[in-house]
Amino acid sequence: MSDTIIEVSHVSKSFGGVKANTDVSMMVERGGITGLIGPNGSGKTTLFNSIVGYHPIDGGSIRFEGQEISDLSVQKIARLGLLRTFQQTRIYGAMNCVENMLISLPHRKMSLMDAFKQNTKEDYERADHLLEFVGLYEKRKLLSGDLSFGQQKLLEFAMALMNEPTCLLLDEPTAGINPTLINGLIDRLKRANTEFGITLFIIEHNMRVIMNMAESIYCLAHGEMLAQGSPEEIQNDQRVIDAYLGAH
Amino acid sequence: MQMQNKKALLYAIICVFSATAPFLFPAYGTQLATLWLMIIVALSWDMTGGQMGYNSLGNIFFYGTGMYVAAVVGIGLVYDVGEYTSAHGGGITNFTDAEYFTGLFLGIFAAGIFCAATAFIIGFVTFGLRGPYFAIGTLGVAIAAGELVSNWDWIGGGQGIALPVYPADNFDEAKVFFYFLFCATGISLFLFLKWFYKTRFGAAINAIRDDEEKADAMGIHTLRYKLVAWSIAAFFVGIAGGISAYQLIHFEPLETAYQTINLGIFMVVCVLLGGKGTLWGPVVGAILFHLFKEITWNYFLGWQWVALGALIIVTVVYFQDGVMGYLQYKKPQWFGITVDRKQDQAETT
Repeated sequence: MSDTIIEVSHVSKSFGGVKANTDVSMMVERGGITGLIGPNGSGKTTLFNSIVGYHPIDGGSIRFEGQEISDLSVQKIARLGLLRTFQQTRIYGAMNCVENMLISLPHRKMSLMDAFKQNTKEDYERADHLLEFVGLYEKRKLLSGDLSFGQQKLLEFAMALMNEPTCLLLDEPTAGINPTLINGLIDRLKRANTEFGITLFIIEHNMRVIMNMAESIYCLAHGEMLAQGSPEEIQNDQRVIDAYLGAH
Repeated sequence: MQMQNKKALLYAIICVFSATAPFLFPAYGTQLATLWLMIIVALSWDMTGGQMGYNSLGNIFFYGTGMYVAAVVGIGLVYDVGEYTSAHGGGITNFTDAEYFTGLFLGIFAAGIFCAATAFIIGFVTFGLRGPYFAIGTLGVAIAAGELVSNWDWIGGGQGIALPVYPADNFDEAKVFFYFLFCATGISLFLFLKWFYKTRFGAAINAIRDDEEKADAMGIHTLRYKLVAWSIAAFFVGIAGGISAYQLIHFEPLETAYQTINLGIFMVVCVLLGGKGTLWGPVVGAILFHLFKEITWNYFLGWQWVALGALIIVTVVYFQDGVMGYLQYKKPQWFGITVDRKQDQAETT
């Protein structure tokens, strides 16, 4: 139990007549990289949204570090250290990269009085350091809205790291990124996991990426958990192949 | 360095002008005081409207409430408020100098505190609304308050309250006194905001404006920051209302205190004209707007509301970024905004 960080059990969620998730159960191991795959519309993002409290779930339970979080708000869950990035990148376009980073300081560690302070030299150094980590140091003074989509994704990733999460949920981190940059991103995600000790839970469509990174992969299809296993097991699972090829 | 010297010079000129203006232009004493009032309400409106993205049309509620709180406290220290208001001109308006000034300062301060607390409580309800709904919701609060107060006899009902007159034979002395009360409040507010917008709190309310959902997802205490920011704004508007109450001597609920269609809209127009979300925008906007208003009132009487309406329409439709927004677009380097790599390098070397 102790090394399970997220435990989803029997979660269902429907939107009107559409059953996005039906009786989904899964676990994310602390300190590892877990992947979530599935064809379009299989309910991956819905599951993410359920976990981070974006919408209430119809049934089941979601635990983070042993605490029930299915009835908490988005903010409270984020402040527990469970953070997500968005599929459609969300950054503060009217601010430059450094400002984006400084806004992402972990507010859970901040009292109201702390908020009335200015950012310290250490905060700026940390922001610069993390921007360098994702390769955006050169662009740090530019308005983030002027960056390319791929660079914005990198910035969003850096912002998430700035927040010092325990666990990070990434929704398609490589979608829309130039293929030549993907290897660099895989490397950085792995380093975030090993160096910063952040548990990663990743939705990904790019099979090469997810098979390279994840230790354990879950596959959703039609809102139901179809298979779970190591990358090799998933790659050879006939049900997964059928789901992707449309045999269902 | 040169830029800093220029800034210091600018601040010095403004301070000297502010300190001498009522003596240099004695005939415009009340106008200058009103200008500071506009600056105060515009700056505090911009805290939520420009910097936080919550366009309140109900900030006038704090102005009116500030007036009433300041009056009730000032009178209540000496007389029974109910008796005083029902006597209305019946003669019990004798205040010693000490009573007058204690009441005035305590009243103004209490107005600020009361409005801040009220904003905090009302905010729990109104901040559940977004965009235009927040604007309408807050407007509703201001209108409802005006109607309620005008039916509350204890504080004078629809007739309002007549406060004691400033204890001096020379009427100009009162003008100067109220000018400096507004001026000191305005400068304090400006200096506070200059510091405030550089704090993490300032960054957090900008984050709420730009993408509240993202701010939520990053674990920012959005409701807490919204409530506190609005409370601070309400504190200053309440103080401005309190000063106005004693400056105007007599006020009534619908046209003076909760004047939603006058000052309530003017403060928004000032900010839009000057440039919302900037430190100087509300100040510039308030000055321009006040000039425009006074000129049309003096030289185009009969057409003044038409001119004002036209100004509002032009500002809202064609000039949404305001003066400072326009400058920021034309001269980004003045504001420390980097647009391309070349400038970035030039700045660092």
